[in-house]
Amino acid sequence: MNRFWSWAALAFGLLYFILPLWGMVMFSLKMRRGVLSLDAYAKVLGDEQFQATFSYSTIMALFTIAFGVLLVVPTAYWVRLKLPGLRPFIEFVTLLPLVIPAIVIVFGYIRLYNTSSWLPLTGSTMGTNILLMFGYATLSLPYMYRAVDTGLRTIDVATLTEAAQSLGAGWITIMTRVILPNVLVAVLSGAFLTFAIVIGEFTMAALLNRPAFGPYLQVLGANRAYEPAALAVVSFAITWVCMGLIQLFTHFSKHTKAAR
Amino acid sequence: MAFLDIEHLEKSFGQTKVVKDFNLNIDKGEFVSLLGPSGCGKTTVLRMVAGFETPSSGDIRIDGRDVVDLRPNQRNIGMMFQAYALFPNLTVAQNVGFGLRVAGVAKSEAAERISEMLDLIGLPDLGARYPFQLSGGQQQRVALARALAVRPRVLLLDEPLSALDAKIRVSLREEMRAIQRRLGITTIFVTHDQEEALSMSDRVVVMHQGIAEQCGTPFEVYNRPATRFVANFVGTLNTFEADVTDGASGRVRVAGHDLTLGRALPAGRVTLAARPEMISLGAHPGRETSLTGRIIDVHFLGSVIRLRAEVGGATLAFDTFNDTDVPPPKVGEDVTLSVAARDLLVIGQ
Repeated sequence: MNRFWSWAALAFGLLYFILPLWGMVMFSLKMRRGVLSLDAYAKVLGDEQFQATFSYSTIMALFTIAFGVLLVVPTAYWVRLKLPGLRPFIEFVTLLPLVIPAIVIVFGYIRLYNTSSWLPLTGSTMGTNILLMFGYATLSLPYMYRAVDTGLRTIDVATLTEAAQSLGAGWITIMTRVILPNVLVAVLSGAFLTFAIVIGEFTMAALLNRPAFGPYLQVLGANRAYEPAALAVVSFAITWVCMGLIQLFTHFSKHTKAAR
Repeated sequence: MAFLDIEHLEKSFGQTKVVKDFNLNIDKGEFVSLLGPSGCGKTTVLRMVAGFETPSSGDIRIDGRDVVDLRPNQRNIGMMFQAYALFPNLTVAQNVGFGLRVAGVAKSEAAERISEMLDLIGLPDLGARYPFQLSGGQQQRVALARALAVRPRVLLLDEPLSALDAKIRVSLREEMRAIQRRLGITTIFVTHDQEEALSMSDRVVVMHQGIAEQCGTPFEVYNRPATRFVANFVGTLNTFEADVTDGASGRVRVAGHDLTLGRALPAGRVTLAARPEMISLGAHPGRETSLTGRIIDVHFLGSVIRLRAEVGGATLAFDTFNDTDVPPPKVGEDVTLSVAARDLLVIGQ
């Protein structure tokens, strides 16, 4: 009897998640009347605006990931190594983007960095792009920090650092040849999560008036019928590919096999 | 001047002074152990020599050069850790060659040195393996090779055998000592295991509450403990209070028996001590003093049987060899023990 309810719960859960997706996929295939076709996908993927916005968001995501890694890995490492007492405070700070809405953050940015401020980042395209990247990095901070911190927890940071120091290594060598390679899977997890966040983000890009993929999705959704569904499926696919890559890297990471 | 001089070294964490006026001079090629219980400051001394802790005061000189202001990566000191500390992302060969790569040693020379080190530790064919594919003993051997590959001036061993099985521990300590002798590298070994310290070292420093209580050869530390702590910590010791009845001739009364130690003693009460092996069950040539007692405990340890007997209100532990023809006495059995009074130690504070 228990077994029956377990299967029933599983089936309900799967239907709850899969049915809407199934409905969306089917709808996206019905652009041509009476037959299933990939017309909506062809139209969306062939759209110059799609290519431009998706490329822009991809590049922004890569810069955000690079900035996030440079910011988070040394910070999490240093906190674990030298300032363990500050960990609760740092964790609290990294959680703030989850409770402060993106719209509040971006209005704060605009007020602080507008053209009449001491650092007028919004006065140029490059400045606004940099501001948007900082915003994306803030939004992805909870995920990136947690992923890296979890990775650091799996290695003996202090002893490995001291071992490397006793062999003559300086801080840069320690970071690049000892710490980073050993938390690479965790960093990649954080990177893929960051990528997924940046690709779908709307508020910041729209309010900073940048040609990102999120605002394009919104505009398309407001004016077309089938294409938004196709785009949503594409977005889901990107997210799933990211998740799959995390699993793949974890699986093929040679030196972490013993820990599993 | 010795090769490694540690003078008036002190270290405080907040208000707590964990190392107090520590002095030690080690000659080139010497193997010195820091022995003591947890929290005695032995690892802190080692970490100050390595550069991982900054001394509150005092000097550390290697080959005449003050190293206190040098960073750990500038001291050319090799170190082995209790937790192996091999880099999980690198193969055995890459681990051994890590320090060489950092030092910018040419690839061909580094490859030669790695091969030489793997031969030295008896793992010539495991260069391509990752640390997780090795046993604990093999990992610690690789850690030793890695520490030695850069030809350090001093080798520091921070309880490297503690995480290993008893059997591997014994074989590895013999190997490590043999390698240390062969290379003639000055070594400081931190341990809380007296057997390791006594069996491996040229000299042993016994530490207690941040102070070096005694520094001497294993023979001296074991047979002539300088303080009550050393006497109690190193080996098993029977201690008993004795009343001095004639200080000039060294006559004392202990547990209802009169003994003559044959050396001058201060008047009043003294603490006498005897190692278990100084006491024999039954009569024994050269051990002229007989004590009568009752067996209260028998521990069969294999080749040796450890017995405890109550003698005039005091409890004495002593050993006898296992003999298949002579079963050990039973609990409650009355026995005669013999001891050479001149062998008894008089323990200072």
